[in-house]
Amino acid sequence: MTTYPEDLYYTKEHEWVRVEGQSATIGITDHAQSELGDIVYVDLPQPGATIEQGKTFGSVESVKAVSDVYAPVSGEVAEVNQTLATNPEKLNEDPHGEAWLVKIKLTAPDEIKQLLSAADYQKYIGA
Amino acid sequence: MVKKVRSHITQNEPLLFERSSPGKKGYQLPDLDVPTVSAEEALGADNTRAEIEDFPEVSEVDVIRHFTRLSTWNYAIDLGCYPLGSCTMKYNPRVNELVARTEGLAWAHPYQPESLAQGAMEVMAALEAALAEITGMDAVTLQPAAGAHGEYTGLLLTRALLESRGNPRKKILAPDSAHGTNPATATMAGYAVENIKSNDRGVISPETLAAAVNEDVAALMVTNPNTLGVFEEEIRKIADIMHSKGCMVYMDGANMNALVGIARPGDFGVDVMHLNLHKTFSTPHGGGGPGAGAVAVRSHLEPFLPGPRLKRVGEAWSWNYDLPQSIGRVRAFYGNFGVLVRALAYIMAHGGPGLRLATMDAVLNANYVRKLLEPYYEIAYKAPSMHECVFSDDRQAAKGVRTGDIAKRMIDYGFHPYTVSFPLIVHGALMIEPTETEGKAELDQMAEALIAIADEVEKDPQMVLKAPHTTRTGRVDEVGAARKPVLRWKRS
Repeated sequence: MTTYPEDLYYTKEHEWVRVEGQSATIGITDHAQSELGDIVYVDLPQPGATIEQGKTFGSVESVKAVSDVYAPVSGEVAEVNQTLATNPEKLNEDPHGEAWLVKIKLTAPDEIKQLLSAADYQKYIGA
Repeated sequence: MVKKVRSHITQNEPLLFERSSPGKKGYQLPDLDVPTVSAEEALGADNTRAEIEDFPEVSEVDVIRHFTRLSTWNYAIDLGCYPLGSCTMKYNPRVNELVARTEGLAWAHPYQPESLAQGAMEVMAALEAALAEITGMDAVTLQPAAGAHGEYTGLLLTRALLESRGNPRKKILAPDSAHGTNPATATMAGYAVENIKSNDRGVISPETLAAAVNEDVAALMVTNPNTLGVFEEEIRKIADIMHSKGCMVYMDGANMNALVGIARPGDFGVDVMHLNLHKTFSTPHGGGGPGAGAVAVRSHLEPFLPGPRLKRVGEAWSWNYDLPQSIGRVRAFYGNFGVLVRALAYIMAHGGPGLRLATMDAVLNANYVRKLLEPYYEIAYKAPSMHECVFSDDRQAAKGVRTGDIAKRMIDYGFHPYTVSFPLIVHGALMIEPTETEGKAELDQMAEALIAIADEVEKDPQMVLKAPHTTRTGRVDEVGAARKPVLRWKRS
C-alpha cells in the first residue's frame, strides 16, 4: 500500500502540494495516477502564468480519459517539469517525487489551511 | 514454408505498399501510334508532377481482395447487436438507401438553379418542419455536419443573441456527466467552462445550479436524458433558473432516442439544441457516416441561424440570403444532403405513432437488459433507466478484472462491446444502449454473453484478462501507440 508523505498537503481533487517558504511544488497523487492508468500526455501552463485555487491549470491524459488538474493553491508558475513532455510515464512511476508538475510562487499562502493532511486524504480515498 | 493456413477472416493482410510489384498494372493500353512528347517540355516543369515514390503497383484483383478482406474484419450493425452506449447504433433501414438513390436527389448539384432544385429544397423544408415538430422548437438549420458541429453552431447562436442584448457573457455551465464534446465546444466558442456536480441520484440539483448561475453565465449545456440514461426530472425548474438570469439552455440531443414522440425539449424550456440524425434518425453511423447535426432553436434565436434559409415564394422554394443577424454559413452548401434525405425517409416511414413506438421499444429494451444483468453487475445509479443503462465494474474489479477487459471478452462472444469507462462519474463504467433495433432473442444472447463473462471473472479471470482470443490480433499496445505513435508506414 502506498504511503502518502506526511510533509505534503492534499486536495479532494487528488493533487498534492509541498510548501517551502513562499514557494510550492504541485503534483497529482498516487491514487490519481493509479485511477487514470497509463498516462500518455501531460498539458501544463507556461512559466509566468497565474493559477487560481480551485481552477484548472492543466490536464493529464491517459489511455482511458483526459482529466483536468485543479490548482490546490493560487500563485504564479515559476517552473514547469519539462521531463513530463517526453516521459509522461514518470507520472505513473513516481507521482510524489520526480514527476511533480509545476513549481509556483504563492500569492495567497493562507489557502494552505484549507488543504487535507496525509492522514485525512488517506481517509478520504478509503486507503 | 506454407504461408497461408487461415481463412480470410483471420489471415494477416499486408499493406498495398507491401503487395506492390514493380511494373504491375491493372490495365492495358494499345501501343502508342503518335510520337512520344515529354510532358515537361510541352507544359513546363511547373505544370508537371514528379513520380510518387513507392506508389503501390498492383492489379485490380489485388486491390479488390485487399479491401474486401479488410472489410470482413469489421463488426457492423448488420452482423449483430451493437450496444455502444450513447452512440445509438440503430439499424439503417434499406428503404432509406432506396429513397436516397432516387435519381433526381442522388444527382442533384448544389449549383443547380432554384427552379431545377425544387424537389431537393422540398425535402429539406419537410425535414426542417418534421424536426421542429418532434423537438417542439420553432426553426431548424440542417447545415452542421455532425453532433459537435451542431453544438458549436448552437453556442455561436447563443453568443450572437447575447451580444445583440449587449453582453456575450463569459461562462458555460456543464454537468460532470456531460459528453466531453460539451466543454470542448464551449472552449472553442470562447467561453470558460464550469462543472456542475451531479447529486447522488445522478442528476442536476436545482439548488446546486442556482448557486452557480449569475450574470456571467451564457448557457447551461445539458444532455437529457443525461449520459447515465437518467431523465433530468427537474429540467423545467432548471430551465426557469437559467432563464431568470437571462441565460440560455442548450440541450445536447445525443440521447433524443429516449424522447422522440414522448417529450419535446421545446416544451420543457430548451432554447437551442442539436439532433444527431446519424443516431436518432437512423442514418449511417460509424465508418465515417457522414453525420448530420441539425440545430433546432426557439424563435428568439431564429434570426441568427446560418444562411441561406429556405423561404416560400408563391408556390416555389427560394433561398433567402438577406439575413442581417445571421452568424453566416457553418458549412459549404446545405449540409450533408444525402444524409438528410435518409433521415426524412425514416421519419416518414414511421410517422408520428411509429416514432413514438420506436422510442418506447428503445426504453423497454434498455430496461430489459438492465433487469437481466442487475444480479451480476453493479448498477451505477438506482434511478430508472431510459434508453440506456450504466453499470460499474466494482464487483469484477475485486477480482482484478476491469470494464475494458470485459468489453474485450465480449468480442469473443460475437458482440460489439458496450461503451467503456464513460460517463466519467461512474467508476469503471459499462454503458449499454441496445436501441429499439434488437428483438428479445438478440438481447437474450447479448445478456447471456455478459452473464457468462461475469461467471468467468469468478472462476477463470485470466480468460477475461487475456481476451480477445478469437480475433486476428489480441491485445494491442494501446499505451505504446499513444506515447510513441507511428503515424506513417515506412519501408523497412
